[in-house]
Amino acid sequence: MTTELLRVEDLRVHFPIRTGGLVFGKYQPLKAVDGVSFELKQGETLGIVGESGCGKSTLGRAILRLIEPTDGKVVWLGKEEITGLKGEALRAKRADMQIVFQDPLASLNPRMTVGDIIGEPLTVFQPNMPKDARKALVKDMMAKVGLLPQMINRYPHEFSGGQCQRIGIARAMILKPKMVVCDEPVSALDVSIQAQIVNLLMDLQADMGLSLLFISHDLSVVRHVSHRVMVLYLGKVMEIADRDAIYVAPLHPYTQALISAVPVPDPDVEKSKARIVLGGDLPSPMNPPSGCVFRTRCPRATDLCAREAPTLEEKAPGHRVACHHWGVPGKGHGLENDPVQPGMLPTLG
Amino acid sequence: MTAVLEVRDLKVRFSTPDGEVSAVNGVSFDINEGECLGIVGESGSGKSQLFMAVMGLLARNGRTEGSAKYRGTELVGMPVKELNTYRGSKLAMIFQDSMTSLTPHLRIGKQMTEVLIQHKGMSEADARGKALDILELVRIPEAARRLNQYPHELSGGMRQRVMIAMSLLCEPDLLIADEPTTALDVTVQAQILELMADLKRVTRAAIVLITHELGTVAGLCDRVQVMYGGRFMETGDVRQIFYNPQHPYTNGLLSSMPRLTEDRREKLYAIPGQPPNLQRLPAGCPFQERCDFVHERCVAELPLLRPVTNAAGTGQMKACHLESLQHPVDDPSRASIPADAAPPVIRTSDARTA
Ligand SMILES: Nc1ncnc2c1ncn2[C@@H]1O[C@H](COP(=O)(O)OP(=O)(O)OP(=O)(O)O)[C@@H](O)[C@H]1O
Ligand code: SF4
Ligand code: SF4
Ligand SMILES: [Mg+2]
Repeated sequence: MTTELLRVEDLRVHFPIRTGGLVFGKYQPLKAVDGVSFELKQGETLGIVGESGCGKSTLGRAILRLIEPTDGKVVWLGKEEITGLKGEALRAKRADMQIVFQDPLASLNPRMTVGDIIGEPLTVFQPNMPKDARKALVKDMMAKVGLLPQMINRYPHEFSGGQCQRIGIARAMILKPKMVVCDEPVSALDVSIQAQIVNLLMDLQADMGLSLLFISHDLSVVRHVSHRVMVLYLGKVMEIADRDAIYVAPLHPYTQALISAVPVPDPDVEKSKARIVLGGDLPSPMNPPSGCVFRTRCPRATDLCAREAPTLEEKAPGHRVACHHWGVPGKGHGLENDPVQPGMLPTLG
Repeated sequence: MTAVLEVRDLKVRFSTPDGEVSAVNGVSFDINEGECLGIVGESGSGKSQLFMAVMGLLARNGRTEGSAKYRGTELVGMPVKELNTYRGSKLAMIFQDSMTSLTPHLRIGKQMTEVLIQHKGMSEADARGKALDILELVRIPEAARRLNQYPHELSGGMRQRVMIAMSLLCEPDLLIADEPTTALDVTVQAQILELMADLKRVTRAAIVLITHELGTVAGLCDRVQVMYGGRFMETGDVRQIFYNPQHPYTNGLLSSMPRLTEDRREKLYAIPGQPPNLQRLPAGCPFQERCDFVHERCVAELPLLRPVTNAAGTGQMKACHLESLQHPVDDPSRASIPADAAPPVIRTSDARTA
């Protein structure tokens, strides 16, 4: 798991948003993704977490070029620039990069049979494949994702949410891609079905040596599936590190708040723990705060934070943090009293 | 202990073009003064419709059977006009989607004062003062300014606070919160949960928390009722349910959750199959098609809620033919138990209290 599959360098996606009236209005950029860099290794799962509007989904789509990035680079296997690909070359690359969406039913064409939906990438990328061979592959894939192959001629609406997600996964996997972006793949599913789909994704990954970008707001699921985790806030990376470092010893105050906010299904822990409750709401991405984007809600914010945006720097091996006052709770660097205290994080281990 | 609400054998049916939907299938329970009751279950298990029926808010194609008494007064079948004197004043409900529950074209202040003028006969000025107090109670910054704003001018978290504020205006006895934090971001959810915990301390109201999020229930609730297929599978106090679940469904749900505090990258336990079709519920146990412990009796006979024999303390009930999850062998007609059955949930907290 050492070979780099994907490298993202300073990726930006800015949407022009019209503000003001039709006549005197002007366009203002909404910085959905604003200078994101990371790498993804072969066979690795990188969890991407953050709240609504932090740019998680836009990032995933920009990497796949489903949305055109404004700036920055996406490099495939150390040499090929996805961001520079055009026409046929980009189309061919898409066979290696697939996506699984959040809303299972809405992402499937209601007028196509399950067999046609799952087999569609084959018809596009291997148009010369005989029909029988294609059907056999589709049936194989259906069995692999836990669908009965004899249901090949049914339509999406005849399936439950969990089954529709299996169809979406089968479709994403049929070309044996090297990387799959999973955008909140279990958020719309019932608790009992979530575990089925999480297990399926992890099995397929082990089987096929896949790399996954696992986008989710559910920090418990992300801890379970990821090797490394990246935390986003208003289009910027706050922290990125190995899963255990993120959950056991997060160094960024935002990560610390996120983890302390997750309700855990354990009454004794949940009723006694002190959480870090952030004040206020997420600022509008149209109008992000000066300096550090998190400063309006950060318990450690100082004047420095309003003046200067912190850069993402390596503070421990493989552990990068963007914060002037990074550190474990109680030991905030450069602060006399750290408002974030150790008891505010659940004891993890 | 005085019961605020007594529900007996309540049923909810919907007639639809493709047949009757049995959404709630005979549930009985009490809610006592000052307690916080959690109703958990998956989508479609009947959590919301149960309380919509209590409030007389079912869709037109729905009908309620059975009884729901508010401090001795029967609510089922009560004329709407009379029901309106209870709704919003004695019984209040908070919904997941704050945008659709607030009136979009009315300022927040107007929406709040109208309720007080109508239910409490307050003057405009008094009502405004009270509205301001309540907005401050739910910690809305710049409360006075908010009174003049429209719902769409507020953020999601702020709207949820306004909804909670509105539900508290007439100091209800029973506050029903249906997924109050589900649509919110994690950090905003934490704010609302903190607020709910505060409310629990300062109001005397009984609170019902309807949710599929077990973590939220663990933090707020005193008692829990687990629903499946429109019935209660297991009920008990919150520690009994989380540390000593005795129904295969509850145990399966808890086992299938990835834990923030647990480091394991092995397989999650997954309950097989899918939730039941409420138009064609099987005879016998509604969970039979997905249960690791299913045996002949489960198919033939509906299990009724009964006290759990090996419970830690009293009050825990389950609707299951098994004697215990550890020794599911009391029934001679049992099927063999598969090796990969849900492991019993054993937590460190048990050891601590044992
Ligand atoms: N007007 C209606 N007509 C027909 N069926 C209905 C109607 N309203 C609700 N139902 C059905 O009743 C069942 C119970 O619904 P309910 O809303 O109580 O579920 P829930 O447990 O609250 O689920 P969720 O977690 O999704 O909110 C569902 O199968 C639902 O589809
Ligand atoms: S740079 Fe300042 S405001 Fe930003 S996260 Fe660090 S302490 Fe908080
Ligand atoms: S009654 Fe039978 S099928 Fe139902 S939960 Fe108990 S063991 Fe399982
Ligand atoms: Mg509901």
